[in-house]
Amino acid sequence: MGYFEDMEVGLRRDLGSFTFTGERIKAFASQFDPQPFHLDEEEGRKSLFGGLAASGWHVASVWMKLMVADSRREAAEAVARGEKPGMWGPSPGFRDMRWLKPVLAGDTVSYASEVESLRASRSRPEWGVMQVRNTGTNQRGELVFSFLGSVFVPRRHPSQD
Amino acid sequence: MTLTFEDFSLGRFGTFGPRHVSRDEIIAFASEFDPQPMHLDEAVAKHTMLRGLAGSGWHLCSLMMRMMFDGYIGRTASLGSPGVDEVRWLLPLRPGDDLMLDVDVAAARVSRSRPEMGIVTFAMRMRNASGQVLLEAVSPIMIRRREGWAAQN
Repeated sequence: MGYFEDMEVGLRRDLGSFTFTGERIKAFASQFDPQPFHLDEEEGRKSLFGGLAASGWHVASVWMKLMVADSRREAAEAVARGEKPGMWGPSPGFRDMRWLKPVLAGDTVSYASEVESLRASRSRPEWGVMQVRNTGTNQRGELVFSFLGSVFVPRRHPSQD
Repeated sequence: MTLTFEDFSLGRFGTFGPRHVSRDEIIAFASEFDPQPMHLDEAVAKHTMLRGLAGSGWHLCSLMMRMMFDGYIGRTASLGSPGVDEVRWLLPLRPGDDLMLDVDVAAARVSRSRPEMGIVTFAMRMRNASGQVLLEAVSPIMIRRREGWAAQN
């Protein structure tokens, strides 16, 4: 959270961590990605993943979950300081999502987000567009997940140009 | 018959759907993964950039995966995916939408490091019933080659 003017390239946020239990992996997969290696331990072991593996969309959706939770904490802190929190807008999309290593049952992934670029929005003077490199790292310190996301961030002072 | 790498040639592969999306599903996904007001509360959502209750973009991506599975991945020798090159969220997912998925094969090549499989890059588009495009995505999937591929080389 926060305003466009408060952001700078390289600014990093740690978003917390999430444990992908077998039960959670199967619950997501049975709804959205019921491939055998996401639903069954034995099928997972026989696959390229080498174990029951979380759907990549599950790994991505949990990033969003932790991002929203962290943003709520930041907004509450802003309110406690007597400030009006800058509420981010929607995202126009993302690029370069990589599922670098499998997330297997029992793995704990820690997520982080780092500002990569900032620009004013041409069509919406009250917003800026921020690109953030988002990552997930497992309990062994291995990078398992990465993508470059974009989001609309409100400006404290709308641009005049 | 299981589809293998050889079954994916460049160009239009198919159109799949419809997949109906209810308000309850939108709120259930958002409650678990993306509990922002624009995905949960009509009254608040009206005043956001999305102008009304809208499904999470991650819900739309997850529904794309499910439509891919039901359409063809479920009968394909899929070995998983290394990632997604690009996703563009063009218009919000709305309660009651009936989604269609258009799939093109944008590229297909045999893996250098694992010649028993190929990498097929799909270009996808999700539309609502009025034909508006909600999402565009480009994503590679690893697919096993047909039995006996080594003998044909």
